[in-house]
Amino acid sequence: MGGASVIAVDGSTVGEVLLQLTTTYPAIKGQLLNDDGTLHRFLNVYVNDDDVRYLGGVEARIVNDDEITLLPAVAGGAW
Amino acid sequence: MTRYASVLDLVGNTPVVDVSVLSPKANVTILAKLEGRNPAGSVKDRVALSLVEAAEREGRLIPGKPDQTLIEPSSGNTGIALALVCRLRDYHLKVVLPTNVSPERRQLLLAFGAEIIDSPGAEGSNGAVRLAQRLSEENPEWVFLYQYANPANPLAHYTTTGPEILADVPEVTHFVAGLGTSGTLMGVGRFLKERRPDVQIWAVEPPSGEMVDGLRSLEDGYVPPIFTDNDGEHLLDRKVIVRARESIEWTRRLTEVGLFVGLSSGAAVAGAVKCAATIPDGEAATIVTIIADDGWKYLSTGAWSDDVEDVVERAKSIIYF
Repeated sequence: MGGASVIAVDGSTVGEVLLQLTTTYPAIKGQLLNDDGTLHRFLNVYVNDDDVRYLGGVEARIVNDDEITLLPAVAGGAW
Repeated sequence: MTRYASVLDLVGNTPVVDVSVLSPKANVTILAKLEGRNPAGSVKDRVALSLVEAAEREGRLIPGKPDQTLIEPSSGNTGIALALVCRLRDYHLKVVLPTNVSPERRQLLLAFGAEIIDSPGAEGSNGAVRLAQRLSEENPEWVFLYQYANPANPLAHYTTTGPEILADVPEVTHFVAGLGTSGTLMGVGRFLKERRPDVQIWAVEPPSGEMVDGLRSLEDGYVPPIFTDNDGEHLLDRKVIVRARESIEWTRRLTEVGLFVGLSSGAAVAGAVKCAATIPDGEAATIVTIIADDGWKYLSTGAWSDDVEDVVERAKSIIYF
């Protein structure tokens, strides 16, 4: 994102953080959220180590110093 | 000792071993199911056999008929397992393999007579899937089993891995496994949930390293159809990511209990340990996790002998998972 791989963003939910990101980097808007505010199908979002889809999705609460990782969905298959 | 008519009769019925000495909680048992004991060396033997047998039942493959060709994308274990089954069934196998897999995988495929079609390493497994799809469209006479979308993949785990776990560990409370095609999690998860609705199913997402860099945009992302078909998002209770360093550290720690396993199994056990850490003190739990394969195919990575920093750095450019 603009060459940065780690950035600090404010917000109390995952959705707020992603919205804040799209304000700062408008080019990635369609890459993160669907028009209805849900997560893009091929985007995995982790709060610390946990996938937020299993923690309430964009409503998942975050606290100070939580680390959010954005990763595209990839095919494994060697397991 | 039992006497078997065919190597394929050795697939499945793998042992479970207690590795609770690695558990962060005294009240939480961790059990590892050793899939490296399968004849081609991984959990994928179950899948390969199931895929081929389903194709034979459906008439897509005809036993004994000459010149039948299969094509499959694989970053390793499925290809190796299919190569073994195809050698015994006399089918010709083409495996679409990213160029940056460990050399042992390449050699094992060749040992069992498979033909390798290279796909760009930078595109990772997603690139191999895309190339196999294109080649199968261009060559409709080839049989494309497509492990990522074939219901025979989770079915193998629904009919074998799941029942074995419940028979050997009736007190199971959590099942933790790596998320690749999602076949293990969908098959075992569905089997266990139907019989023990309270069992928690945890997925471990492997570190994806260079594969992520190879994606041009999210539109190159990929969710396996069998994950969607099995309503994976509802079947799973939780999904955690395990980083390359943790995977390697836990792969090394498993030698403390005498287990020499592949790096994805280090990741799975790291996930089981994270799961154990969430269990409240005083509450008993029994976690079953899958050791997908043994360590032999990963010796060239230096995972056990080299400086961990070097191995982590190397892990970014080689597909270990």
